[in-house]
Amino acid sequence: MAAPAQSVAVPALSPKLLAAALLSVGLMLLLAYLVGFDQGAVSRSGMYLHELMHDGRHLLGVPCH
Amino acid sequence: MRTFGSLLVRGLIVGLFAGLLAGTFAYVLGESRVDAAIAIEEAGSHAHTHDHGDNTEPAAAEEEEPLVSRDGQRAGLFLATSLYGVALGGLFAVAFTLLRRKLRTGNDAYAALGLAAAGFVGVVLVPFLKYPPNPPAVGDPDTITKRTVTYLLTLVIGLLAVWAGVALSRWAARYGEVARLAGGVVGLVVTVVAAYLILPRINEVPETFPATLLWQFRFASLGTQATLWLLLGFGYAVAVDRRPSRSKVAAA
Repeated sequence: MAAPAQSVAVPALSPKLLAAALLSVGLMLLLAYLVGFDQGAVSRSGMYLHELMHDGRHLLGVPCH
Repeated sequence: MRTFGSLLVRGLIVGLFAGLLAGTFAYVLGESRVDAAIAIEEAGSHAHTHDHGDNTEPAAAEEEEPLVSRDGQRAGLFLATSLYGVALGGLFAVAFTLLRRKLRTGNDAYAALGLAAAGFVGVVLVPFLKYPPNPPAVGDPDTITKRTVTYLLTLVIGLLAVWAGVALSRWAARYGEVARLAGGVVGLVVTVVAAYLILPRINEVPETFPATLLWQFRFASLGTQATLWLLLGFGYAVAVDRRPSRSKVAAA
C-alpha cells in the first residue's frame, strides 16, 4: 500500500472506538489518582502506598501535605 | 492503519520508560532537595509542636516509626513516576487517536511531538507558573483540599488555554502568517492570564525556608516533568512513525 502524504495512523471514529477510548481514559485517570491523591480509599492499603510514593508526588508537582 | 489497541499499548510502554527515566532524573537531582527539606521540617516540628494542636501525639508517634522509611520512599519514587508515566502514556495515546485527524500534518511523528508540546504547556507549565510545586515543610495541611482543587483547575485551564491558542491561530491564519502566530500566542496568554487573576493566590512558604533550596527543588520538579514529557513525545513519535522506505517496499 503506497502511503499518501495525508495518511494517518489512527482508526476511523466509531462508537466502539469511543467506548474503548472512554474506558481507557477512566482507567488511566484512576491510576494517576492512585499516584497523586489516593490516601488508601482506592488502594485499600491504608496510607502505605501514599507514603511509599511521597517523594514522587512532590517531584511530579502534585500538592502534598 | 494501526488499531486502537496497538496505539494504546505503545503509549503505555513508552509512558513506562519515560516514567522510569523521569524517576532517575528526580532521584539524581531531586532527592537531595527533598532530604534537605525534610530535615528542615523535622527541625521545625520538634521546635514548634504546639502548632499542631490536637494532632501532636499521633504526629509524634508517626515520627517515631514511619510507615515507610526514607529508603523506601526513595525506591517508591520510581514506582510513582513509572505509574504516572504509564497513566500519562495511556492518556496520550487516547488523545493521539482522537485528535490525530485534527492535526494538520501528514507526519505522525510530528503530530506526536506537537501533541506532547501542547500537553507539556497545558499540564505542566501553566500549573507550574501559578502554583509552583513545594518541597516537604512547605504547605499548610489544613489547605490541602483547596490546593488540590486549584491545582487540578490550573491543569484543566492549561489544556483549555492551549486549545484556545490553536483555535485562534487557525482563525487568524486567513490574515497571514504573522497573524496566525500572533493569534496562537494571544489565545494562550489571554486565557492563562485571566485564569491566574481569578484563581486564589496561595503562598504558604514559611519566612524562614531557604529561598535557594525552594527553587532548586522547584527546578528539579520541573526537570522531572520535562523529562517525562520529552521522552513521552519523542518515544511515541518513534513508536508510531512508519518509515517511508517500508511503504515503498510494500508498494513495489
